[in-house]
Amino acid sequence: MLREALEEAGLDPDSIEVREIDTEESAEREEFVGSPTIRVDGRDVQPPVDGEPTGLACRVYRRRDGRTSPLPDPEDLRDALRPAAAR
Amino acid sequence: MPIAIGDRAPDFELPATDGERHRLASGRPPATVIYWTCNHCPYALAWHQRMLEAARDYAERGVRVLAINSNDAERYPADSLEAMAERVESEGGWPHPYLHDQTQEVAAAWGAERTPDVYVLDSDLRLRYRGAPDADYDDPSQRAAWLRDALDAVLEGRQPERPETEPVGCTIKWR
Repeated sequence: MLREALEEAGLDPDSIEVREIDTEESAEREEFVGSPTIRVDGRDVQPPVDGEPTGLACRVYRRRDGRTSPLPDPEDLRDALRPAAAR
Repeated sequence: MPIAIGDRAPDFELPATDGERHRLASGRPPATVIYWTCNHCPYALAWHQRMLEAARDYAERGVRVLAINSNDAERYPADSLEAMAERVESEGGWPHPYLHDQTQEVAAAWGAERTPDVYVLDSDLRLRYRGAPDADYDDPSQRAAWLRDALDAVLEGRQPERPETEPVGCTIKWR
């Protein structure tokens, strides 16, 4: 999904950096609220709400139509990639 | 070791959000659905309404449904019995009990792996289907079709054509 979105935006899919968060300590240090977390230039594609707990869990995304999903809404991903693509 | 198709399911008795304890081997419904779920897994949440709708639809045919949460509530407080009860209340009630497997012994005995992980038993409490509710968590129009197919078969005295599928979801959070 991410690779496709990058290609669609004219960005290099090989620029993805995958990081494994495997301890509660590293989750807290990295402000990791669940997997997958996708950050573009350090910014979360769907920034978590204030106070959302960090931890080793699956992440709950809210789609634009209101449904919950383990993946972000493709439109949110496109929006997040747009500034990078414009550079 | 997970229970296999045709095996008699291990009995259990667990507390639920309704304040009651529920035992598997009680009554004699024509079919029983046991499914593992939890409060925060996005896959379980995505399939949630489909599971409730199936439970409502098949209640008319005497099918018993029990949901079990076996996640470690110490690491995941959202899966405590109190949080489970709050969720059920906030959603206006569920059509079936929501059980808490605090020791995780039931999940271990059954070989449950994920949320959701769906088991369909016949009237003798023998396993007839195990797997996902349907083929796509992201497609509500599927309406838990694999679960419904399995229930239709069991209620008609047939073996489901698709007795096993791969459970899809978050892993159960073990201690």
